[in-house]
Amino acid sequence: MSILVNKDTKVIVQGFTGKEGTFHAEQCLDYGTQIVGGVTPNKGGQEHLGKPVFNTVEDAVKQTGATVSMIFVPPVFVADAVMEAADAGIELAVIITEGAPVKDMQAAKAYAVKHGMKTIGPNCPGIITSEECKIGIMPGSIFKKGNVGLISKSGTLTYEASNQVVQEGYGISTAVGIGGDPIIGLSYKQLLPMFENDPETEAIVMIGEIGGDLEIQAAKFIKENISKPVVAFIAGQTAPKGKRMGHAGAIVSGSAGTAKEKMDALEAAGVTVVVSPAEIGKAVTKALGK
Amino acid sequence: MNIHEYQAKEIFKKYGVPTPKGKVAFSVDEAVANAEELGGPIWVVKAQIHAGGRGLGGGVKLAKSMDEVKQYADEILGMQLVTHQTGPEGKLVQKIYIEDGADIKDELYLGMVLDRAKEMPVMMASTEGGMEIEEVAAKTPEKIIKVAIDPAIGFQAFHARKLAFGLELDKTEQKHFFKFAKALYDVYMDNDAELIEINPLVKTGEGAFIALDAKMGFDDNALGRHPEIEAMRDTSEEDPDEMEAGEYGLSYVNLDGNVGCMVNGAGLAMGTMDTINYVGGEPANFLDVGGGANPETVAKGFEIILKDANVKSIFVNIFGGIVRCDRVANGILEATKITKVDVPVVVRLDGTNAKEAAEILNNSGIENIIAATDLEDGAKKAVEAAK
Repeated sequence: MSILVNKDTKVIVQGFTGKEGTFHAEQCLDYGTQIVGGVTPNKGGQEHLGKPVFNTVEDAVKQTGATVSMIFVPPVFVADAVMEAADAGIELAVIITEGAPVKDMQAAKAYAVKHGMKTIGPNCPGIITSEECKIGIMPGSIFKKGNVGLISKSGTLTYEASNQVVQEGYGISTAVGIGGDPIIGLSYKQLLPMFENDPETEAIVMIGEIGGDLEIQAAKFIKENISKPVVAFIAGQTAPKGKRMGHAGAIVSGSAGTAKEKMDALEAAGVTVVVSPAEIGKAVTKALGK
Repeated sequence: MNIHEYQAKEIFKKYGVPTPKGKVAFSVDEAVANAEELGGPIWVVKAQIHAGGRGLGGGVKLAKSMDEVKQYADEILGMQLVTHQTGPEGKLVQKIYIEDGADIKDELYLGMVLDRAKEMPVMMASTEGGMEIEEVAAKTPEKIIKVAIDPAIGFQAFHARKLAFGLELDKTEQKHFFKFAKALYDVYMDNDAELIEINPLVKTGEGAFIALDAKMGFDDNALGRHPEIEAMRDTSEEDPDEMEAGEYGLSYVNLDGNVGCMVNGAGLAMGTMDTINYVGGEPANFLDVGGGANPETVAKGFEIILKDANVKSIFVNIFGGIVRCDRVANGILEATKITKVDVPVVVRLDGTNAKEAAEILNNSGIENIIAATDLEDGAKKAVEAAK
């Protein structure tokens, strides 16, 4: 078991024939992901990486039965791509592209929600169910099958955490990189219950950062709804106020969005909060009580 | 990206958001000429820097004669203006805005920002004009009225009514306010603004509204489609090191500590700073080299980090994914040839091809490179080396 994606998931790639799309689609195929085709307008009918290329998402869905789309189009085309996927009946869009304008994402997400399409990202490493299905840009080799679910705003911290969990002798059921933009798709609050209901997952690691209040919402939700142990790290305890730390959404405004505020809320909800990301692996071992 | 008050007011004018008449000046003579053109009888001389609290710092003066315009322009131009947002060193004032005096009956607050929880823009109003909105939010949150506006329906009369009743406006004032707020919403949406603040928003004796101050910030990701706004960028307001880093695709923020950091990924970069702090040290910077760490960017990273004289050691923390560690290791070797690195460099490379990378560094013969096995080990060694 796992959440959202597994070895049977059929995936198309929007922006399939571009440089990034090609490179990462190939890596995903190597990992074993069922990439069944891709979309690049005006290249319909061609073949790429041994898979069919379509002009529209609608054609691709009709021909391949894909339910998930991995999006690699340039930033200003992201909203259009997301809305096209929603319109074509895609169930989950994984948006890798970094740099999409906030206004575009606002409209695209509202449209996706209206059409019942889930989204992950943008500006994220994607989603991976260990040893089954990788939809994104993460290095597949560090994800071993196991019983820890992972939700993270940061790409490289996801790798760091997974690596530590594996070194402790455990593994990852599914890891979801939710992205660090001001407007994102699935967040902790939607993903936590999925892990709670996944029989394979026994513990959950959540990695947050400064800015916004998604982690605070997550804390409230965990307190009331999550019985599995949760280990959390919040990046940016040493970040200065009012400065954007790499991610568009990683900024402390006034007294809101600080790491301390989030860590306190999570601790109060019974979450094991670690002060350094170097402690994640050990904390997971302790949480699993083994 | 942020712009100056005078630039924000230029945008306001295009949309029919009322502002006092005014003109920017770069010299005292220009300031006097502008004042003569405006006619008086009173003028406001305002320092143009990207920071709030200018009035308290002595950067805004009311002039009642042409001599006073001259005097204040002379005082403010070239001053090092210190406000609560500039830091103790202050900011050099290179331009001033000469503006007509306004008929002020009441000072209010009006702003717009993205509500991340609701995922739509929110317009905020308060009767507490002139005060910092964060302070109002902390002390008297009930005095801030907020309406989230779904762009799918745009700014509607009911949005305006909710704000107007909260501000206790009478019927005439409401009419003026509706028009003002609607125009402000258009300014925000059309220009991909990230923040607009009008503080104070002035209510005149006639019940009309004027933006006495104007602050605007924009979504950096959307600047590509707004060349006219990009052209308003004032590079003298930005940190030169942060700008230089940006040109090489690096994301850099200078901090107060002595352990320099070079990391791939924003989250891990913050996590590295936190770990340095956790083991008893202080990070000197945030630096994300991004996904494409190559010899050139690594060298540039070293160069920017070492510009800070406080830096006593550097912690290179790379978790290789698609980026292979052996290539990063070679990048570090190349970089030390391009840039002279005279402080100890602690290197932790994990992930793809980490073993090969360790061999490359071990065989390099470079003395001041210290290998680390993991994140915490690296942080400890870097903090120790900085002592």
